[in-house]
Amino acid sequence: MKQNNIQLNDDGQLRHFISIEGLKRQVLMDILDTAESFISVEAQQVRKVPLLRGKTITNLFFEPSTRTRNTFELAAKRLSADVLNVNISASATSKGESLLDMLHNLEAMHCDMFVVRHAQSGAAHFIAQHVAPHISVVNAGDGQHAHPTQAMLDMLTIRRHKQTFADLRVAIVGDILHSRVARSQIHALTTLGVTEVRVIGPKTLIPNDIASLGVHIYHDMNEGLRDVDVVIMLRLQKERMSGALLPREKEYFNLYGLTCEKLTLARSDAIVMHPGPINRGVEISSDVADGPQSVILEQVSNGIAARMAVMSMLLGQRFANETEGGQ
Amino acid sequence: MEIKHTLDEMTSQLTVNLQERGINDPLMIGIHTGGVWIARHLHESLQLSEPLGTLDISFYRDDFTRIGMNPEVKPSKLPTTVENRHIILVDDVLHTGRTIRAALNEIFDYGRPASVTLVVLAERDGRELPIAADVVGKHIKLSATQHIKLEGPDKLNLVVQETE
Repeated sequence: MKQNNIQLNDDGQLRHFISIEGLKRQVLMDILDTAESFISVEAQQVRKVPLLRGKTITNLFFEPSTRTRNTFELAAKRLSADVLNVNISASATSKGESLLDMLHNLEAMHCDMFVVRHAQSGAAHFIAQHVAPHISVVNAGDGQHAHPTQAMLDMLTIRRHKQTFADLRVAIVGDILHSRVARSQIHALTTLGVTEVRVIGPKTLIPNDIASLGVHIYHDMNEGLRDVDVVIMLRLQKERMSGALLPREKEYFNLYGLTCEKLTLARSDAIVMHPGPINRGVEISSDVADGPQSVILEQVSNGIAARMAVMSMLLGQRFANETEGGQ
Repeated sequence: MEIKHTLDEMTSQLTVNLQERGINDPLMIGIHTGGVWIARHLHESLQLSEPLGTLDISFYRDDFTRIGMNPEVKPSKLPTTVENRHIILVDDVLHTGRTIRAALNEIFDYGRPASVTLVVLAERDGRELPIAADVVGKHIKLSATQHIKLEGPDKLNLVVQETE
């Protein structure tokens, strides 16, 4: 429990955003409602709101990322914050500076928020434990643990197409074992009260303990896709695989790749999602990825609004509490 | 306080105001939440063809760094571009003027309007910014411990309350 409590202040408001696990339904709904309002900012001639003027948000990416870092940066800029991108591999750690020394230096530069991406599970939590009290930490993906803003943008995308979560059957397909995205999605979907979450994949890519999260496991994709409302495809994370976890790519595509033919097993109004980047012809065929049921590019747009919501709520609670303390 | 009669008076005042200035195709925008309720009535009685716009000024408030994010924030919806348009901005109560300042900033991020006319159901004392309304339904003087609130949306009712 302690792992999650660090995310909340004494009033139960979000102070850091490390993991979906342990957050109440209302907190997730507040994020979705706020994100929904930020979508309308896209319609402005000046696509910017002045909420975080004069605040500094630092992207600390210890692991390469294009889309996530770009959308975090755009989200911060649309909130009028200043953004500092720290390229870690080319920076301090290569000169022997410790992580904590680097954090304290950034604190001395009056940063307000760290957005952290790291290959180690628990990295964002560790940083949240050690930062100065006025700094908020957002987890932008830690190892195989969590990627909570990705899960929130996915929930936002689902809600914009399906209105309510209660009646939904959602299938998550592919490399569950290495996927922090899948873990965060499962926590979000079950917290928001969907009817059923299914995970579909080969035995080697589904962790043994996953059923304890309340999901149903399918190894046959044709069975698993039947009557679902949402199909979430995961990227095959070849860079994280060692040993004989995986059959050849072509064989994998035949068994677990999403094709138009397999998609007909889902409900006719089912939407197809993918966190990106997509491996065409490995986990998804091009005609599905570019087809009418695909909402993959909407996910990217919604990612900006979802991240704007999280960042503004985190810094907003801090200001509110500082004011109370100052009176 | 009953406001039906007030809304009728505001409609005629606004009609005259627009006629005198030669404005035929205004774009009406209501400020969440009470301003939208009032705007709906005026929009109907003026028989404006273009849909009503709605504005939530939460992202433009000047007290975000004091009170944080408004959890009730709603999306702003402007039906068309505001560029070069004559805007009628509608709110329920004009008090400090800070809401209107925020609304003007938000509108200007959507484009450069030709003009903005401010219409309020009620104005009270306590202005903190140099902002005045063009059409006012009621002028109300309150003591420092009182505030005024529009109840709705089914039956609109203006009530004066003692602040706790």
